[in-house]
Amino acid sequence: MSAAQRISPSSESLGLSIVRVVPMSDADDIVKEFLVESYENLDRLDRDLVLLEKNPGNREILASVFRTIHTIKGTSGFLAFDKLGAVTHVGESLLGRLRDGELVLNGEITTALLALVDAVRQMLASIESSGSEGERDDVALISRLTDLQHAGDIPGDRDEPALAAEVKAAPPATAAASPLAVSEAAPATKAAPGLDSAAANTIPIPPPTKPKMEPSDHAEAFDPASSGAGVKAKREQPGARAQGAGDSTIRLDVSLLDQLMNLVGELVLARNQILQCANISEESSLLAASQRLNLITTELQGGVMKTRMQPIGNIWSKLPRTVRDLAIDCGKQVRVEMEGQETELDKTLIEAIKDPLTHIVRNSVDHGIEAPEVRQGVGKNPEGLLFLRAFHEGGQVNIEISDDGAGLNQERIRLKAIEKGLVTSEQAGRMSDRETVNLILLPGFSTAEKLTKVSGRGVGMDVVKTHIERIGGTVEVQSRPGKGVLVRMKIPLTLAIIPALIVTSAGEPYAIPQVSLLELVGLDGGESSQKIETIHGAPVYRLRGRLLPLVYLKTALRLDDAETADATTPVEGTSLSAPGASGAGSKAPVTKRTNIVVLAADGRQFGLVVDEINDTEEIVVKPLSKHLKDISVYAGATIMGDGKVALILDVLGLAKGSNILSEGREHGRELETEARAGTNGGKQKLVLFSGAAGARMAVPLKMLARLENIPGGQVERSGNRWVTQYRGQILPLIRITHALEERRRLRPTDDLLSLPTSDMLQVLVLENEQQAFGLVVNRILDIVESAMEPMSPSTRSGVLHSCVIAEKVTELLDVPSLLRTGEAFEPPEVPSGRELN
Amino acid sequence: MASAGQFCTFYLNHLLFGVESQKIQEVVTHRELRPVPLAPTVVSGLMNLRGQVVVALELRRQPEMPDRARAMKPICLVVRTEEGTVCLLADEVGNVVEVKEETFEPSPETLPPRLRAVIRGVHKLEHQLMHVLDTERACEVSS
Repeated sequence: MSAAQRISPSSESLGLSIVRVVPMSDADDIVKEFLVESYENLDRLDRDLVLLEKNPGNREILASVFRTIHTIKGTSGFLAFDKLGAVTHVGESLLGRLRDGELVLNGEITTALLALVDAVRQMLASIESSGSEGERDDVALISRLTDLQHAGDIPGDRDEPALAAEVKAAPPATAAASPLAVSEAAPATKAAPGLDSAAANTIPIPPPTKPKMEPSDHAEAFDPASSGAGVKAKREQPGARAQGAGDSTIRLDVSLLDQLMNLVGELVLARNQILQCANISEESSLLAASQRLNLITTELQGGVMKTRMQPIGNIWSKLPRTVRDLAIDCGKQVRVEMEGQETELDKTLIEAIKDPLTHIVRNSVDHGIEAPEVRQGVGKNPEGLLFLRAFHEGGQVNIEISDDGAGLNQERIRLKAIEKGLVTSEQAGRMSDRETVNLILLPGFSTAEKLTKVSGRGVGMDVVKTHIERIGGTVEVQSRPGKGVLVRMKIPLTLAIIPALIVTSAGEPYAIPQVSLLELVGLDGGESSQKIETIHGAPVYRLRGRLLPLVYLKTALRLDDAETADATTPVEGTSLSAPGASGAGSKAPVTKRTNIVVLAADGRQFGLVVDEINDTEEIVVKPLSKHLKDISVYAGATIMGDGKVALILDVLGLAKGSNILSEGREHGRELETEARAGTNGGKQKLVLFSGAAGARMAVPLKMLARLENIPGGQVERSGNRWVTQYRGQILPLIRITHALEERRRLRPTDDLLSLPTSDMLQVLVLENEQQAFGLVVNRILDIVESAMEPMSPSTRSGVLHSCVIAEKVTELLDVPSLLRTGEAFEPPEVPSGRELN
Repeated sequence: MASAGQFCTFYLNHLLFGVESQKIQEVVTHRELRPVPLAPTVVSGLMNLRGQVVVALELRRQPEMPDRARAMKPICLVVRTEEGTVCLLADEVGNVVEVKEETFEPSPETLPPRLRAVIRGVHKLEHQLMHVLDTERACEVSS
């Protein structure tokens, strides 16, 4: 306190000598605290100023801005940073006049104040690196601020604007003015308590470096409504709040938290090991203790995890300023709206998404949102909207950045991608809108016609994608032409400890992060050989009627080589080859139970076939060494409860490696999404099957509801048609061979009812105008995407035309007409089949 | 490059190799390795070293020596490299020797290139030659 009294901010040499009075490390600490605190304040300032520009009348924000600048000024005076003091001083004066309502905030003033913030930031950076403000000339800025301050005003009536402002600041009640003015005018006395708290090594947040009584005085001064001293409750509230926050928060070094996190990670491993031991031991006290250890560890883990959680608003708060500056640069008007600022995620992740986020926002403002005239021309609000949204979903954080701009020009993206050699023109032609839009995530892609200083240097969205994928997230772009673009990032909550499913393949454990897990399917030996089919060699499983592409983990990891070798050796099951030995037991094809882990990768589903499904476990992710980094199917390694090392599978990498996400996708996701499977640049997805006499036929996939196998025994007759009970409804069945024949006369053997009850009928359940019916075909062949150029006209009713699909002549069925004929279809005349026999 | 000092020696296919002692964190007996499918052949697997996951590299595979006989359990030299801790598998551990600069000679041109790539030179010991292993190079993965 006594040291503070001696400070005179105007004398640099004296100021320095004061700093020397304090032990050097203390002085460093004070400066460090000052920097940390000021950076925080500056970020708030950016946000507040932009808010204020929108809403110039808001006294609360104005007061907060004033306070921030004032605090920096005061502290800089105390620490003898004169240049900093001079600049903030004029800024404070200007703000004082704004606060008193003598000036109204406009764009010009905001820009000048933001420039002030930038200047302060630069000086702080310089102080941080070199210890001084650096050589700089702020005369222009100072005179600009001074000019603004006196604009539209009788100049010269104040030589000490700050003091004057303070006097004015206390509206009607002049009684409050004098103590306040004194305290404001003498920053040195005020800064003194700052020293106290800094020396205590903890700085309260928010950090008002003022005597304890002061905040309430301020509140009074800033709030004309509470001018009287009688409004006691109201006076004390802000002060109490600031105090409370100050007492209950401390600043911590992040590395300390990281260290804690690592230790908790180790503890979780040790806990897992102890639990495993305890579970096999008879000792009941050990069991009880281990249970308690389990509980405590879980809570501790949650607690430590929470300390690292930060609301996403922390990084969003910087964006309004960025957007404002950018919008002015590009001559655009942009409004930023946010939802879900309080959504929390791990600090390291927050750091990791900062740059990508800024990049996307810049892109949106620079390329997405149109110039005001253009917007007006198409009947939009001249002010564009940038909408940020964050929310938790399924253990992940979703972050959406959308704008209401022009959307992406698909055609241009296609051309650009072809021009850059990212895709061939043939590939581009085949691409769906969704795929096209996501081309912009490929490396080396940029469609900006002119390079701006903001964005468009050819590195762009691919960097965003790489960054997000590195932390286990995904990026997806959606675009509606003329309506805007939506970028969605999905980010895991935390990286360190994740719940995972442990599976075994070839005797070794693998961990699958639970986030990508959808469900588990177990098939008995008999079932598996029947239910797993192949489409052109690719195994698929019908999961509730939908085709789920299967990936055998052993195949993906090329472990089956060893096993095939085993199988060929005459001594089945007692193979000597070490790696395959444990797997060999499960080799016997008939009795083998098939375990399918249904996974989602990048929005697509696939089934991973593993030998055994063990358990779920909390695992600590350990990074792999560089020797193994290139193997995309692993996300890391972990140590399990029994001390064994398990590899963590990277579901996305696994899917990519198994072509689930590229050419294989037709068999997966596209099949389920009827809408998208429709026409697409003259191309359609078609289901190929063999019909009458082995002829190849096709129906559009969008009409297909499901693929079913119906046992012959389940076919019944109702009136004049064949039907089957299907999902609680009666599904009419039409046999393709009959529906298309010229003369629809049945031979008794053709009657579906005459089939052996165990025979399986392959049925395409088709839907046309809400009406479902089953088309009994000989064999389902494939699903292809093809242009349907008619090569020859139809030769029979029920067929639209013939075309060449996959190099074979294929008839395209006319489903509506087939349905009509099917309905009119005469029943088997004779009570043939079963009744007769 | 200082080639004098204390070296920890080990045998690899009857050849004597040496690594600077200060680079060696510890030498542990063979323990269970977790094989890593799809990994480069040099990678023998992953090891649980007191809660740390450490990659184990087969030194015999680097200079293309014949594989170790199955019955022969390797020893693990845990070395610190720029990329973190790595475990190198060797046949047998030898003595710690003190060598002087004078006995050092760069590796002869005639050495097999794969062996030459991972050693910095040889020390002429009294009865034997000691190959000075370049741990950084030995930890590189050639596909």
